[in-house]
Amino acid sequence: MIKTENLSKKFNTTLAVDNLNLEVQEGEVFGFLGPNGAGKTTTVRILTSLIGPTSGTAVVNGFRIGEQDTNIRRSVGILTETPGMYDNLSAEFNLEIYANLYEVKDPKGQVEKYLRMLGLWDRRQDAAGTFSKGMKQKLAIARALLHEPRILFLDEPTAALDPEASHLVHDFIGELRKEGRTIFLCTHNLDEADRLCDRVGVFKTHLLVVNTPANLRSQLFGRRVVFHLVNSTESIASAIRALPFVREAKVIDNKLLVNLDDPETHNPEIIRVLVGAGAEIQFVGELRHSLEDVYLQLVKNA
Amino acid sequence: MNKIKTIVRKEWAEVFKNRMVLFTVIFLPLFLSVLPLIILYSMGGSSVNSASAELPAQIQQICKSNMTAGQCMQYYIVSTFLIMFMLIPLFIPVNIAAYSIVGEKTTHSLEPLLATPISTGELLAGKNLASVIPAIIATWVGFGIFAVGSLIITGGGALASALLDPMWLTAIFLAGPLMAILSVNFSIMVSSRVNDPRVAEQLSAVVILPLLAVFFGQIAGLFILNSTLILIMCLILLLVDVLVIYLAIRLFQRETILTRWK
Repeated sequence: MIKTENLSKKFNTTLAVDNLNLEVQEGEVFGFLGPNGAGKTTTVRILTSLIGPTSGTAVVNGFRIGEQDTNIRRSVGILTETPGMYDNLSAEFNLEIYANLYEVKDPKGQVEKYLRMLGLWDRRQDAAGTFSKGMKQKLAIARALLHEPRILFLDEPTAALDPEASHLVHDFIGELRKEGRTIFLCTHNLDEADRLCDRVGVFKTHLLVVNTPANLRSQLFGRRVVFHLVNSTESIASAIRALPFVREAKVIDNKLLVNLDDPETHNPEIIRVLVGAGAEIQFVGELRHSLEDVYLQLVKNA
Repeated sequence: MNKIKTIVRKEWAEVFKNRMVLFTVIFLPLFLSVLPLIILYSMGGSSVNSASAELPAQIQQICKSNMTAGQCMQYYIVSTFLIMFMLIPLFIPVNIAAYSIVGEKTTHSLEPLLATPISTGELLAGKNLASVIPAIIATWVGFGIFAVGSLIITGGGALASALLDPMWLTAIFLAGPLMAILSVNFSIMVSSRVNDPRVAEQLSAVVILPLLAVFFGQIAGLFILNSTLILIMCLILLLVDVLVIYLAIRLFQRETILTRWK
């Protein structure tokens, strides 16, 4: 659905995107993560044919950027970082404008469909400028979907939204995913990426890593199991550290934290060693590293 | 064509919600139509017909042979105001078009608009028509008011036929639209290159300076507008229009406009 090869973009002397090689499959929700100024928005603009690359190529929905730009614009939807609605015009008229520009066959029908779907139908005659941030964002999402694109680029869809509005947007992205649309999601919200994305790419001018959130956690930190003990001692931790498959073990309060790659296989052995060392186990659980930990680690090392 | 119509509808829906623009589109033509009528009315009557003062040769030169000296003076003054009348096709588009690109930049609506399959030509054509049509209609309606008013006030005759002669009809119906096209495309050019709507309006207003030069040139007696000068003016405007349309399209660089937002 989206494939880039050595895609680069330079603004004067500033390199915004450096040799991006990326492939996003049909129906995938791909999270594009990176700090401010990393070049995420520039990448989205290149992939939606708003700007051209300095070098490299990309194919979006079967169309090559720079050669079939109108076809690309016709076949993708974009939610820009700022909704950019016409504030003096009604919500309905805002969408009708875009339905006509996207050459939608039944503009009024499509406008009604998405206004109803996003709960804005009753406010359709109100000026967009009177809408809350969340409502404007929903209106902008509706605008991006009017022409039923198979690929959707969402640039910070929940930035500056309150938790309730964010939740609504997340649910809607979930619905779009069920419909099999490909979603390219630029976000700072790592919890959002963790929850919604099949794979994420961490980007800082160049692509640092691409994988599923679970694999990234595992690759960077292994997995962490916590053993709640009645009395934890350093000698118990030392016995665990001696095991060849244990990456790290440390004691915090009465908890023994063990990093390892394959807890399903090795937990029984750890438990045997703990019991043998006289430890009394209250319960065992897995402690998940957040995607934020992964992201911070990657960006710090970049 | 449908996309151009959509842009025009969108521009009008937005622009005419702005009271200042509405005021300019309605008030300016009304003011510039009524003012020469007031002059005609206030100078009318027996004193005009009995006047026989010697007029400067330059003024006599533009008068028809069947005019009295008073009518000749009236014609001179009113025709000078008719030059100001040409402000309408220049000034109204400045108000509408200067905001058209930079306004979309500041409200961040340009990026989603450019992300649609609309071509630069369609977008600029829509923005052009949205500014040119109101300017031309306002100019022609204003001139219609003036024409009817002058016929009523003068009761027809030599003065009325001089005021509604081919020279002024050419100026209004040919030079007017050409001026509107010049003004719109100049404003779009400026609007594409600046980041502040106020700067766009101020810079775009420069387009009225040549007309003011013509106005003051005639008052100073440097020249008197005649049919030949109007035709030359139309020819120059036509060439300049082609140039500014070309430049407006060339300067409308999607990438530069999007990436130079500050």
